[in-house]
Amino acid sequence: MEFIASVPEFDRQAGGVSADVSSPPPIRRLPLEDTPAASQVAPPASTSTSGDGGSRSSGFTAAKRSIAAPQFSIRRMEIDNVSVSYADREAVKSVSIPVRQGEVLALIGPSGCGKTTLLRSLNRLTELTRTATLSGRILLDDVDIRLIEPTLLRRRVTMVFQQPNPFPMSVFDNIAYVLREQGSRRQRKKALEPKVHSALERAGLFEEVKDNLDHPALRLSGGQQQRLCIARALAAEPEVLLLDEPCSALDPQSTQVIEDLIVKLRDDVAVVIVTHNLQQAYRIADHVAFMYLGELVEYSSATALFNSPREQRTKEYVSGAFG
Amino acid sequence: MESSVATPPPSPPPAPAPQKPTKGAVEGSATWQLSDRIGLAICWALGLLFCAIAVAIIVYLLIQGLSYLKPSMLVTPATSGFSQSQTGGFSDALIGTLIVGTMGISIALPVGVGIAVWLVEYGRPAGLARLTESTIEAIAGIPSIVLALFGTVIFSSTALGFLSRTSEGIVFGRSFFAAATMLSLVALPLVVASTREGLNAIPQHVREASYAVGKTKIATVRRILLPTARPQVATGAMLGLGRIIGDTAIILVLLGATQNFAPVGNTFPLNYLRGAGTTLTNFVYEASPTGNLNQPQKAYAAAFVLLLMVLALNAAVDIVHRRARKVGTWSS
Repeated sequence: MEFIASVPEFDRQAGGVSADVSSPPPIRRLPLEDTPAASQVAPPASTSTSGDGGSRSSGFTAAKRSIAAPQFSIRRMEIDNVSVSYADREAVKSVSIPVRQGEVLALIGPSGCGKTTLLRSLNRLTELTRTATLSGRILLDDVDIRLIEPTLLRRRVTMVFQQPNPFPMSVFDNIAYVLREQGSRRQRKKALEPKVHSALERAGLFEEVKDNLDHPALRLSGGQQQRLCIARALAAEPEVLLLDEPCSALDPQSTQVIEDLIVKLRDDVAVVIVTHNLQQAYRIADHVAFMYLGELVEYSSATALFNSPREQRTKEYVSGAFG
Repeated sequence: MESSVATPPPSPPPAPAPQKPTKGAVEGSATWQLSDRIGLAICWALGLLFCAIAVAIIVYLLIQGLSYLKPSMLVTPATSGFSQSQTGGFSDALIGTLIVGTMGISIALPVGVGIAVWLVEYGRPAGLARLTESTIEAIAGIPSIVLALFGTVIFSSTALGFLSRTSEGIVFGRSFFAAATMLSLVALPLVVASTREGLNAIPQHVREASYAVGKTKIATVRRILLPTARPQVATGAMLGLGRIIGDTAIILVLLGATQNFAPVGNTFPLNYLRGAGTTLTNFVYEASPTGNLNQPQKAYAAAFVLLLMVLALNAAVDIVHRRARKVGTWSS
């Protein structure tokens, strides 16, 4: 309790830290729309502690919302009272969240809180784990996903992973693989070309690789590889795009390129992103779900969740008291 | 005492020592214990010894082989005669080696890859998978002469009579079919092990990336996993091929070890495959001073050709791996 009490008040963190050196500095700090002065007086020494994979160079205090208010939102998926267990361990406990097109939904929470498991259950990838069991319902356009054939579902709800994982073939073939029928090599290159190009364009990669479509994809830089993976996921023309910490293996520049891309994509496809990076969630998400020990602690708009969290645990987590 | 500790004399911060340019970060053995240094010396000596042995074999056979090998030997079959100049060459043996190699590996490769894919990607039921694994390991450990003996039992059975010479109801049981089938068992464990290694090296998230765009398991295996593991599959196949063309026991017992082809029937090429024959290893054995032919010079010539084939296979493995490196791999 003493530790929690020593955590500076959220809306005065900058002053609190410099005044009370005995308390651990918050790991991450958040910009506050109502206290612009606080960010200016934040000592540079303490901002350096916020160095986090995807944060921009000047630390968290510089984080800005790079996403405007949504133009529209259409409910695509409905997570309804979902629990997922691995053998005896319950990884996700009765979570209910809507997933909407036109919005970016971010799942945040400390390691092992079940956010990746929840993400993987949206396209039934959890079923690949033999011990995993799911209860509750997940609806895609009002149809229970258990009634949809897995391969079909996974073309409508595609996924990008933490590690860039292009297939060991050419840039072109990486996309063409998705477009072709199961295992088939048929369909000429020419016939697939327009679709491959448009997928690369949507992922903002076409200009960089258009002269090297035959080069091995694993020779691209990490950021380009990850955008290729996004292009691959988009090539199936999905309704929902799942991103599992897509920037955690990338440098800040590549991260920014991908974040900008995610913001652009939200109108075409419902985006769900799992991230460890709170600044990232703040920058690009419309709604944020904070999970802790498998439970959904708080779900609300990004500005509300970060600036005026309802729950004590959310408050502590976003202020860096634990992580 | 206490006061002196409490107030240490202020000293200027030590100037950073000028950095000596170091050549790599190789640790010298000068600081090691004597026993470790002796051990290192023994390792060096053994390494050099093996290099010397390999070089000696290759150089010796190169000199012997080149001095005795005549191009005509590669195209003339063996004939009977009293001197080495009258007994012809070893073209039948050379072709025989190519035949058993091709047949053996074309059985071992698909079966081996299939087993490896099943073990790594499916592996259910677990008990059967474990049993298969141990069986493959057991086959790898069985001496080829034992496999050969077992082969005679199988291929002398009446049911398989159509695969070899049969006269008056007695199945001869010796043919290219019989030899190649048993030889494929010699290559199989190498193909399985190498393919499994290749598949296991592919990160799990790459498989999931394929499933996550709606591909089935079998499509993933065919279009992603096997092409990725191709270098290892090729390595296994070439190592297996090396074992096949180097085997003597199975050839002696199951190929009849005649000096020439002994075709059965008239349908080409089945007549050759159903008949007995010989290979280079067998020719070397027969032509060596302990063999029936006793033509050591031709033994050297044939051994040289065999050595060239094996070296070519090793070089091919190297090329495959170098090519694979160009494609790149996933950052861990």
